[in-house]
Amino acid sequence: MTLTLLLFVFVLAAFLGFELISKVPSQLHTPLMSGSNAISGITIVGALIAAGRADGDTLALILGFSAVVLASINVVGGYLVTNRMLSMFQNKEKGGPS
Amino acid sequence: MNHLFLPELFTQKTIEAMNLAMTTEPGVLLNMVNLTYIVAAILFIFGLKLLGSARTAPRGNMISATGMLLAVGITLLDQQILSYTVLAIGVFLGATIGAVAAYKVRMTGMPEMVALFNGFGGMASLLVGWSEWHFLAGLPIAAMSQPLPFSQSVIALAVLIGGITFTGSLMAFLKLSGRISGRAVVFPGQKLINLAVATVIVGAMVAYVFIGQTGAAYPVFIGLLLLALTLGILGVLPIGGGDMPVVIALLNSLSGLAAAAAGFAIVNTVLIVAGCLVGASGLILTVIMCKAMNRSLGNVLFSGFGSAANSGPKGAVQGEMKPISCQDLYYVLESANRVVFIPGYGMAVAQAQHLVRELGEILEQNGTEICYAIHPVAGRMPGHMNVLLAEADVPYDQLQELAPINAAMEQTDVAVVIGANDVVNPAASDDPASPIYGMPIINAHKAKTVICLKRGQGAGFSGLKNELFFRENTRMYYGDAKSSIQNLVSEFKET
Repeated sequence: MTLTLLLFVFVLAAFLGFELISKVPSQLHTPLMSGSNAISGITIVGALIAAGRADGDTLALILGFSAVVLASINVVGGYLVTNRMLSMFQNKEKGGPS
Repeated sequence: MNHLFLPELFTQKTIEAMNLAMTTEPGVLLNMVNLTYIVAAILFIFGLKLLGSARTAPRGNMISATGMLLAVGITLLDQQILSYTVLAIGVFLGATIGAVAAYKVRMTGMPEMVALFNGFGGMASLLVGWSEWHFLAGLPIAAMSQPLPFSQSVIALAVLIGGITFTGSLMAFLKLSGRISGRAVVFPGQKLINLAVATVIVGAMVAYVFIGQTGAAYPVFIGLLLLALTLGILGVLPIGGGDMPVVIALLNSLSGLAAAAAGFAIVNTVLIVAGCLVGASGLILTVIMCKAMNRSLGNVLFSGFGSAANSGPKGAVQGEMKPISCQDLYYVLESANRVVFIPGYGMAVAQAQHLVRELGEILEQNGTEICYAIHPVAGRMPGHMNVLLAEADVPYDQLQELAPINAAMEQTDVAVVIGANDVVNPAASDDPASPIYGMPIINAHKAKTVICLKRGQGAGFSGLKNELFFRENTRMYYGDAKSSIQNLVSEFKET
């Protein structure tokens, strides 16, 4: 039962994703990509659980810790770099002649 | 902002109190966690939606970051977490590296940065899958919440997709940053080898699930992992620099799917939803990029486009390239009423975007109407030129997409091609024998005069000769784009 439900969630999310992003101006392609890239860092949730429960098991600890570090780079770096890019677009719109 | 990611928000006391509440009423916390995950998923959805329009995009990014913060925060209350020290160190380390990288990267280095972040996300999903397997391998079957074959299948998928994403992104990073050649690398039997690796991977996945928990499962699992990493390298090897926008978008999609697979493995809905959203958005971008080149995804991935072997003497071009001096070019531009700049990857490499903007402003003051023609696949990632020109403070209303710019090309006095090649190659529209035939291009050749800035006389990334350079109305302005334009700007300032 759980499996079917998870699959159901997955399929709905896929359709939602396609609907959400089907019309994005090309100006925003890069920020959209790096912003969604940051979202894929959601795997940090799994990494935290994996690292947190690895009490005493060295391999589990190494795996979990590496996952936390890499996912954190992905999340923090991804959001900040997107933010930096978007603020560039914003500044220009304020200062521009349009 | 970084400090928000640290679990210090949740002091040891709160956690103990939570744990206490949990031991008395186990269902309460679980519900709270899952409800928070739903809120986080909603924030991701709104965030992505708002990222779709320039006005709301910064807010969208903040909303999505808030969702992430919520998801991370509530996860720290998870019952299974025993030690917070490791988590604090790991998050702090990752957040610091990520923040420093995000602030230090130059806009011209953005494609490789995005590729690298992407790869890290994929690797993290692989590691989550691995540690879940490590956990299950020592667990009695009776204690498992899900049927073992299901867990193994989704773990295998997380490892497979995550592994391909990791090494594939690393290869893209190496190619984009010029640490290895950006050209497509092809060798005899390549497709056969890749097919063999893919087949063995499928076999290993089946074997792994079939073996179950017995002793042989771990070695098969590790073999699968290594094969996935190999396939990522082999897969990106035959893809050349100009096809990178497609590859980056596709890897972005895969990193999301890897997270979703990891979500199935640890039975976590927020991973599934967020990962799947990213998978879908990346796929859409991939399709947009393919359409902009009028090629199928399969052709981009497998044809070895732009390799040395593939770029034979197709389309022998007659004529010669006619150079123009800086001073002559000054006169041409000075008297022009309408000038279109066509930037490409060469402008990014030369970091000439600021000087181009300066030249544009000078021309405007001189009474010339200017605009920039942006091809969707110009550069090395989707939207690359937009980012560079935004960094240089080029007004957004001067950037034009394919259709409007081509409609007005015949009324254009001068088209200035700055380091672009294939996207202005007229062979795409009039030479059916050309490998890029059918790709929508910017019709630079229809302008009255075409000026091409180019470092040397060699062919572009695709290895194709560009007929545009040989046309009657084309003049070549040789040199590094940055110093060439610098000279032009000085010429204008002196006179």
